[in-house]
Amino acid sequence: MSRVLVGVKRVIDYAVKIRVKPDKSGVVTEGVKHSMNPFDEIAVEEAVKMKEKKLASEVIALSVGPPQSQETLRTALAMGVDRGIHIEISGKDYEMLQPIHISKMFAKIAQDEKCDLIVLGKQAIDDDSNQTAQMTAAVLDWPQAVFASAVEKTDGGLKVVREIDGGLETITTKLPAVVSADLRLNIPRYATLPNIMKAKKKPIKKLSAADVGVDIKPRIEVISVEDPPIRQAGSIVPDIDTLVSKLKEAGHVK
Amino acid sequence: MSLLSRSSVFNFAKRGFASSSKIPDLTKDRYPVKRGNYAIINDQDVAKFESILEKHRVITGEETQGYNIDWIGSVRGSSNVVLKPKTTEEVSEILKYCNSRKIAVVPQGGNTGLVGGSVPVFDEVVISMSLMNQIERIDEYSGIVRCQSGVVLEALEANVREKNLCVPLDLGAKGSCHIGGNVSTNAGGLRLIRYGNLHGSVLGVEAVLANGQIMNLMSNFKKDNTGFHLKHLFIGSEGSLGIVTKLAIHCPTAPQAVNLAFVGVENYQNVLDTFLLAKKELGEILSSVEMIDELSLGCSTTMCNIQSPLQTYPFYMIFETSGSNNAHDEEKLTNFLNNAMEKSLVADGVVTNESAKMKTIWEMRERIAESLLKMGYCFKYDISLPLSHFYEIVPVLRERVGDLAKIVCGYGHVGDSNLHLNVLCDSFNKEIYSLVEPFVFEYTSKLNGSVSAEHGIGFHKPKYLHFSKSKEAIDMMRQLKTLMDPNEILNPYKVLPPLNK
Repeated sequence: MSRVLVGVKRVIDYAVKIRVKPDKSGVVTEGVKHSMNPFDEIAVEEAVKMKEKKLASEVIALSVGPPQSQETLRTALAMGVDRGIHIEISGKDYEMLQPIHISKMFAKIAQDEKCDLIVLGKQAIDDDSNQTAQMTAAVLDWPQAVFASAVEKTDGGLKVVREIDGGLETITTKLPAVVSADLRLNIPRYATLPNIMKAKKKPIKKLSAADVGVDIKPRIEVISVEDPPIRQAGSIVPDIDTLVSKLKEAGHVK
Repeated sequence: MSLLSRSSVFNFAKRGFASSSKIPDLTKDRYPVKRGNYAIINDQDVAKFESILEKHRVITGEETQGYNIDWIGSVRGSSNVVLKPKTTEEVSEILKYCNSRKIAVVPQGGNTGLVGGSVPVFDEVVISMSLMNQIERIDEYSGIVRCQSGVVLEALEANVREKNLCVPLDLGAKGSCHIGGNVSTNAGGLRLIRYGNLHGSVLGVEAVLANGQIMNLMSNFKKDNTGFHLKHLFIGSEGSLGIVTKLAIHCPTAPQAVNLAFVGVENYQNVLDTFLLAKKELGEILSSVEMIDELSLGCSTTMCNIQSPLQTYPFYMIFETSGSNNAHDEEKLTNFLNNAMEKSLVADGVVTNESAKMKTIWEMRERIAESLLKMGYCFKYDISLPLSHFYEIVPVLRERVGDLAKIVCGYGHVGDSNLHLNVLCDSFNKEIYSLVEPFVFEYTSKLNGSVSAEHGIGFHKPKYLHFSKSKEAIDMMRQLKTLMDPNEILNPYKVLPPLNK
């Protein structure tokens, strides 16, 4: 049976209207509703399902972030994860973290905890990077099965159906491996009352970046963050001929 | 962002789901009602309207059909003229003219009312408020919003949220209903238990009287004890004393933390006991308490393709908390539910504060009405009953109609003692109609309940008004009506029963 490591990230809730800070240094996060990244919820659900099917012996959730990331870990625990690990990084250090740093942390934890399967959400809805799963696999030199919409255990490892531009691709991989969850992989469960109460007793281990030996020195500099340009109003034209000539004028048709 | 596709389906449904393709019979054919002595619209009238408004804001012909039919398909008028004013002055001129000609009118908001009050009975001119949708001012310090009455509730909510405020009412029809309609009907909704009713939150009203006079009762302040509080006459009188054109509403601060619990309960006594426990343990953070019976949940989950997070139970309850500190509220909520489970009041439940999950849980409650509509014709009752007898009427009515009805179910604002009772059948049929009415109202009256908790009287319930109001009270209402609308042009055939039966 596998020991599964799942990644959960605390992000601004998808329903919140994003505001850019007046100084253009980033988006407003103070006092704004945060939740678990939706793709990570799907990853957690998949891992918990595997445990229920006795394909996994233990599920560990890892979150990197400020103290409030603990809430996200508690949600994962309430969904059925066994224990949590929180690498606490806050403020400017946290804002400058990139998938390259995170992937190294996941790799280290996976090795320390002797996990043979890492399941992550395909991307976080705040940065849309879609890099952590791939980079983690590269650091560990493990196979990767990203954009998974179905995962099945086989004798040799896993059979994964992937969502790709042309349709669906089915691959097989040995374990250990890194999988990233896409939207249709499953429907995440609600936290039920008995599980919420149980979750309070489950342990969350606290670590620092130094504890996992990862240098979090920023590798990029944010120059500015701006709103996308406001969409210009369209205009109503009286007939097709005018439409065609306007399209030609604007260079949209030859 | 692919997850948003779920919310776009939700938005489509909220935007006033067009009910069954069957067009209902004309009201005058389905119900016993006689046309009053009003003028019949002629070309000069239409020309006059066109001179007050612009030509394209006077709608005639086929396009008027939608304005003639109510959301549940229970009534259909035969109006041929729909007017769309943009300003209070235009409304004033229209009414001045109609009053002089004795032309009957129906003010119409989102047309989501459930008692046939928002559409013509005969050929009354429809005055649609949809173009009066400007929000004038939102003051984040006092929380006071000034807006025209045709603002869609959901749009008002989105706008005040930007200033960290929230509208003090919320209901399933939010995607279509107008705040002016909500005020005119004194709508209740899901958060009445927390924010009280509109008589408290509406600080000021501007309305146009039947003779065209503009009545300015607007106020920018919560405290203004200067003479009789006339604004209340327009809150809940369903457009029969004046047309509401502008509002000043006090909006509470938007909650920082919202948590939702959805629980399964084995029997009605447990529903009551859980509610009592909730009041005690959640007290000031409780913002909504709803009950759904097994059949009602079955309707919304099946017709709207929603997956319930719980297995089947005879009753379900939704508890919502709103507060300023998530950790504090979450802990109170989980402790309350833990206690409820330990006392075996609650069999199982889920708790969440994730937007997507909360939306889904609310859909299961808010889309029951729409689901029933898709399944056939639904007789709908909205009654206030003492909590101890709140649910009894459902099995009693179920037995009474027997095989004639497909489903008899109940759900509603148990926190406000308000039950929504529904009898679903294949199509409107006089046999069920006579079995159900006046039985439901007599039953309610015996318990001193209200025959219409929040839906109002409209077209369907004037004949039952006496079950909940004394003769003296109804007489005084008539006197006020005569004073304010002597020609009875405003929304006739509604609210007050006719003098000669």
